Amino acid sequence: MKFGVVILPGSNCDYDAYQIIKTIMKEEVGFLWHQDKDLNGCDCVILPGGFSYGDYLRTGAIARFAPIMQEIFNFAEKGGLVIGICNGFQILLEAGLLPGAMLRNSSLRFVCKWVHIKVEQENTPFTNNCQRFQVLKIPVAHTDGNYFISEEGLKKLKENNQIVFHYCSPQGEIDPVYNPNGALENIAGICNLKRNVLGMMPHPERVGEKILGSEDGKHIFSSIVNFVKGKAN
Amino acid sequence: MKESKVTLKLAKEHGLLKEEYEKIKKILGRNLTYTELGIYSVMWSEHCSYKNSIAQVKTFPREGKNLLAKAGEENAGAVDIGDGLAVVFKIESHNHPSAVEPYQGAATGVGGILRDIFCMGARPVASLDSLRFGELSNSRVRYLFDGVIRGVGDYGNCFGVPTVAGEIYFDESYTGNPLVNCMAVGIVKPNEMASAKAYGAGNPVLLVGASTGRDGIHGVTFASEEISEKSQKKRPSVQIGDPFMEKLLLEASLEIIKAGLLVGIQDLGGAGLSCATSETSARGKSGMEIDVSLVPLREKGMIPYEIMISESQERMLVIAKKGKEKEVQKIFSKWGLNSAIIGYVTDDKMLRVRNKGKVVAEIPADSLVLGGGAPVYTREKKRPAYLARTSKLDLFKIKIPADLNEVLLKLINSPNIASKRWVYEQYDTMVRTGTAVGPGSDAAVIRLRKTNKALAMTTDCNGRYCYLDPRMGGRIAVAEAARNLVCSGALPLAITNCLNFGNPYDKEVYWTFVECIAGMSESCRALETPVTGGNVSFYNEDPERKVYPTPVVGMIGLIEDVKYITTQWFKEEGDIIVLLGKNKEELGGTEYLKLVHNLVKGKPPVLDLDYEKKIQQTCLNLIKKGIVKSAHDCSEGGLAVALAECCFTSGNNLLLNAEITLSEDFRKDALLFGESQSRIILSLDEKDLLELEKTAKERKVDFTVLGKVGGKNLRINQWIDLPVQKLKERFYNSIPGIMEKKVR
Repeated sequence: MKFGVVILPGSNCDYDAYQIIKTIMKEEVGFLWHQDKDLNGCDCVILPGGFSYGDYLRTGAIARFAPIMQEIFNFAEKGGLVIGICNGFQILLEAGLLPGAMLRNSSLRFVCKWVHIKVEQENTPFTNNCQRFQVLKIPVAHTDGNYFISEEGLKKLKENNQIVFHYCSPQGEIDPVYNPNGALENIAGICNLKRNVLGMMPHPERVGEKILGSEDGKHIFSSIVNFVKGKAN
Repeated sequence: MKESKVTLKLAKEHGLLKEEYEKIKKILGRNLTYTELGIYSVMWSEHCSYKNSIAQVKTFPREGKNLLAKAGEENAGAVDIGDGLAVVFKIESHNHPSAVEPYQGAATGVGGILRDIFCMGARPVASLDSLRFGELSNSRVRYLFDGVIRGVGDYGNCFGVPTVAGEIYFDESYTGNPLVNCMAVGIVKPNEMASAKAYGAGNPVLLVGASTGRDGIHGVTFASEEISEKSQKKRPSVQIGDPFMEKLLLEASLEIIKAGLLVGIQDLGGAGLSCATSETSARGKSGMEIDVSLVPLREKGMIPYEIMISESQERMLVIAKKGKEKEVQKIFSKWGLNSAIIGYVTDDKMLRVRNKGKVVAEIPADSLVLGGGAPVYTREKKRPAYLARTSKLDLFKIKIPADLNEVLLKLINSPNIASKRWVYEQYDTMVRTGTAVGPGSDAAVIRLRKTNKALAMTTDCNGRYCYLDPRMGGRIAVAEAARNLVCSGALPLAITNCLNFGNPYDKEVYWTFVECIAGMSESCRALETPVTGGNVSFYNEDPERKVYPTPVVGMIGLIEDVKYITTQWFKEEGDIIVLLGKNKEELGGTEYLKLVHNLVKGKPPVLDLDYEKKIQQTCLNLIKKGIVKSAHDCSEGGLAVALAECCFTSGNNLLLNAEITLSEDFRKDALLFGESQSRIILSLDEKDLLELEKTAKERKVDFTVLGKVGGKNLRINQWIDLPVQKLKERFYNSIPGIMEKKVR
């Protein structure tokens, strides 16, 4: 299978995503330039972290108009796998591929730290290699990760099992104490109704090696590989 | 802005001395044009010319093994680390801008040092910051602290470099004049290193990156005077940073360097176009002719004078190979950046500046630069009078507190010692997936992809020691940085430094400057860590006080195999705790004396370099033998604080207790809180103790078994008995407790 990592002006986790797929997962991966109008036959598109176009406006608000986004809309529409990490999640929200919006962190500051997230949905293309309620150790690094959605929207997310990750304790307890950014109900990641688009604030591409403090990010990428290669779901 | 006729009065207003003005007229054989005055005033400012420091700075040991770029040769030092890789690193100050505009001052400090690294062709892999502020009880200080942290964070976070280490001290001496020293570290293949030279007559000169505006005009002149009430008016001298633009500039610059399209490249920092054109020409023994009317501007009506000295950020000067300029421009336009051919290299060694064809400045390039025609002064020096007062410390008059638990809690809660987590959680410490050890341990460690190696890095300087004994303080700054690296499993390679002092025309200040350099040099020689570059910042004074002499050391070490990576935290219950080195009865200059007895007195601890070297070598040897589970340097707060720090691991919730017995029979406070040098706390499996004993004896190094990991609480003799959880809370909550306090 083939992954495509989008490079937007200001992406800075593009290389990290590329590296984990290539050197750790040992899968095929290429970069996709923001002005491209072709996804080069990728099975999964990654919108990486960073500060696209500087994010001096609302995060992701400009990136949403990058030429390649049109291709990503079409791809997602046809059921293609899209994962937005951090800035990528923000872009997916701006693009309307996922519901809700990002507010500034409740601390009003950038926050980079280790957190734990609980896998609430294992029946997605991105989590099928995880156990339900498995806890992953993973870092966050962002200024705008305070996920918000209307009451009605939240109800729908819950009804349709779209909340994929919650911030939690190392033991899996969900409590505001373990919420790094004020996100509504500790929401760390969601998917769309068709479950082929995932947005998450924590960085799975940063945790693929023991020397970096955790290998839990591998579960996400191996799930995608499983799914595409037809081993799961 | 309008041009005026150049007179002595005008020259003086530009910060030039009468003799300097006369010297320039002699060089040119005529009076200066207004543009030329602008150029000379910035190039001969203290900031660019190092005129009052260079004679001293040149006394640093600058030779060493594997140096690819030595001090002064390029924009940053470079050391070969094998496996076809070199490390490029440098530290620089941005103190004055940060004193008036903390956010932008600090942000552009980070931006400037990153450009120094990537214009060498190196990709930045880590950023470090050494910061000094006044006491946090002062609301202006809190504003400066908050702004600087946000500035450092936002720039590095957006650019995509992990900010992994540094240090922060708070002392009244830095109240109006904080110190913001930014360091960057990059990696390059030696054969892909770029040079900051212009040569080859006819080679086109391009200005790339951001457009040029009026920001930062006379930034370097502003940096060459003390902070005063008038300083706030100099806010327009502070540059504005755009990390997004810098990220694009990074990618485009590395792309043109890799493609072999250029002869030389230099970033535009202090003194802007004046500095980049004259320095590259002088280094390449060439001349350069440019036309300022070709410079992309962001403001209307800028005159040549302004264009030449603007310090607009995120710009580079590129000297392309003739015929390759179109390819260079194509790459810049791919990244959405400006690139304009503004002139070409000549062979007459003149910097000729035109405006729509008309010559507005014509200067021998070499006459502008450090090492060329720029003035060199050695100032008068005098041993400071205050030393007579501060060196007297009568220990008999200092009462040992009855409750030593309280003292330890107080020390660990002191912002100087307490965790800086509130700060580093605002920095992206993990981007680029290289961070093997982030902030919080003795040194940060960045692993090097495709090799088994890693780099350890740290910054260090205790300004209080340097104030009380500049020579010893300078010596300790280097030695402690090296010790921090050794504790993380690295062999120290080389240093960069940022020398922060007051007004050099003050004889006492100058004496401390010379002494600090002497002390640092002694350590650099003994530890075989040459100086590969750095920066001098004078005039760090506010109307009421001078900063402590603060020669910050940035040091790089090489970890030969990632399996040697060691952190400071205890790992397992039952492990044996050993002190390498010797406790001494020394209390001068300690955090304890300041915090508990309100005294900044005495002599700092004595550092014996031969002994220090033995300790470091022994520690590294033991680490390489694989028997060291944790290693932590004893520094501010002494043995008790260091032991407490070993008990709580950063990054997870592991808490371990320790039972310690100390047997020396001298003052309890000196034993617990004294800051004697050359001491390292190790923990190891009990079965490996024999090996340690053997090694230490062979190497004639003192060691003492202090106790064991485990038991109940942190216990030291009958004196300290505290739950580790309580210590941890004080350690982590101190700074957020001050900064996040809601003001009514």
